Amino acid sequence: MTRPPKPTKWLVVLLLLHGIVAAAGFFAPYDPIEQDRERPYFPPMRIHLIDAHGHLHLRPFFYPLRLREGSFDRYEEDTATTIQLRFLASGARYRLLGVVPARLHLFGTAGSRIYLLGSDAYGRDQLSRILYGGQVSLLAGLLGAGVTLLLGALIGVAAGYFGGWRDELLMRLAELFLALPWLYLLFALRAFLPLAVSPLEAFLLVVVVIGMVGWARPARLVRGVVLSAKERDFVRAARGFGASNLYLLQRHILPETASVVLTQAAILVPQFVLAEMTLSFLGLGVPEPTSSWGNLLATLQQYNVLVSYWWMYLPALAIVPFFLGYLSLASALQERASPYKIEEKTNWNLS
Amino acid sequence: MRYLIRRTLHAVFLLLGVSLLTFLFSALTPGNYFDEMRLNPQISPETVAALRAQYQLDRPLPVRYARWLNAAVHGQLGFSFAYNSPVAPLLWIRARNTLFLTVTATLLAWLLALPLGVWSAARFGRLPDRVISWTTASLLVIPDLVLALGLLILAVRTGWFPTGGLLSVGFDELSALQKLGDLARHMALPVVALVLATLPMLVRHVRASVAEVLDAPFLRAALGHGIPYPKLLYRYALRAAANPLLSLFGFSIGTLLSGSLLVEVVMSWPGLGPLLLESILARDLYVVIGGVLLSMIFLVGGNLFADFLLYWADPRIRTAASAK
Repeated sequence: MTRPPKPTKWLVVLLLLHGIVAAAGFFAPYDPIEQDRERPYFPPMRIHLIDAHGHLHLRPFFYPLRLREGSFDRYEEDTATTIQLRFLASGARYRLLGVVPARLHLFGTAGSRIYLLGSDAYGRDQLSRILYGGQVSLLAGLLGAGVTLLLGALIGVAAGYFGGWRDELLMRLAELFLALPWLYLLFALRAFLPLAVSPLEAFLLVVVVIGMVGWARPARLVRGVVLSAKERDFVRAARGFGASNLYLLQRHILPETASVVLTQAAILVPQFVLAEMTLSFLGLGVPEPTSSWGNLLATLQQYNVLVSYWWMYLPALAIVPFFLGYLSLASALQERASPYKIEEKTNWNLS
Repeated sequence: MRYLIRRTLHAVFLLLGVSLLTFLFSALTPGNYFDEMRLNPQISPETVAALRAQYQLDRPLPVRYARWLNAAVHGQLGFSFAYNSPVAPLLWIRARNTLFLTVTATLLAWLLALPLGVWSAARFGRLPDRVISWTTASLLVIPDLVLALGLLILAVRTGWFPTGGLLSVGFDELSALQKLGDLARHMALPVVALVLATLPMLVRHVRASVAEVLDAPFLRAALGHGIPYPKLLYRYALRAAANPLLSLFGFSIGTLLSGSLLVEVVMSWPGLGPLLLESILARDLYVVIGGVLLSMIFLVGGNLFADFLLYWADPRIRTAASAK
């Protein structure tokens, strides 16, 4: 077989990807909720270096679009005027990482707006919406995974360390949660929370809901580690010297679970980003005008959008590199933990 | 035998637990189907109260659960407020549509996965194996929502397949053969989505378990005895590698009703998925509980089926179980 992939490599890839989304304000040319009603459903525009007369330009430029004759939603390039792209231009105000006020963008234009990935029904820039939407989806996934792992680790430690009837009860409950398909669980939990809420509340709801869903698997894994760790000789020795439960857990037992928890994190985060996408896609998650990867896709449920405006599908592809990064990281971590049993534990399936 | 009885009892308890859990969830839900009626000035509060009493929503939870459980054992799953009909027939039609889809997809996926996985394991590390591994790995990083939407766009832009529904308009006037063709054309897209979503995981498992036994001494011995390689692969290696695959097969059977939810919603296939989503949004309590329970019966049944298969196929489990 090929040599085992290194976790660090994928960690760097993931950091870069997250960095781009975190600094969405810089990479996005426009404000994600700024509308331009004159320019609905513009197709992705092309950047040129050579103009219609065959002249080479040093600065990349683009042609503004105009309605094709006899059509009401088809556009073509108007080659009469060229609009130059400006790099590191100042544009719409934003707050970098939600704190630092800034106006600097990677690129911008003087005059007509450029839609590299097209525009939506209200003439909002898809590229900007995807980048900002990523912040919502990824944050929901990360926080959801955090909640789940905390819950899972707590339950796992409690079951494994204290044993007895608590172990029995918690593990039966975990079996129940494992048996329920996660999408059903997601719906069931979402169903018992109010339907009409503000974007921020909806976001927190989504985080809590997806956080509550997945605790069973990490809890069982952590319990297994704790069970074996507490029988180690050095733990017994420490107990013999009169160490308290709290000390034993902190000093000897919890560190042992770190590897399992990390691997589970790498598996859970993309799953939960997908969960947010699913909820928002179905209209149960983060509502407009805030964008998230899920609600950007919701317009595809309209037949005419599906038929005419294929670029509305592009937000779906944004998650693919993240999936690749996280899943590769997870399998690299697992491979490092136990080099011989790779396939068995890499259950990439999401059910 | 003790082993099988224990597994069956375990399954029954799991089902009871799930029904209790869904009931609890539904009880925690703020608001119910009749709440919207209260806002309607044309419906008097007495009518709403009468309706609630009629459906016994005013009774305490344990009473409702006991009554529902009693009815469920007799095949009655309660009453749908929105459809104004018993839940069971409503679910049956939708479940049948879902099964059309998922049984076809599961069969296809397994029929493809077995030879692909075995082939990949037999050529471990060489070109066919690498091609298959790369393909499955890249399919794995495409979530099923993205996959289903992509296929939908493809269908719309090429016009090769209908983009939703079960049957065409005017289905009744078609001949038997045309009817079959029409159904197949409507099924094609969701089936492809489901197969592509499950195939990579299956291929990987088949490959891993077959590759593991291919190293075993008894297979080297068999090869030395001059048993032809294909026969060796499919007759001996696959049989020896069957253990994890049977569990996986049970899991496949188990997810027949629940695994296609998202694909059904995206492709507007009139199965259990859209019904469930709709009734969650409408707070149509008993449809939700019935739907979840029905798919849980499949899930638990599938696992139980896998346990039986394992017991039948693996002598080690039989002896271990009877030794206890």
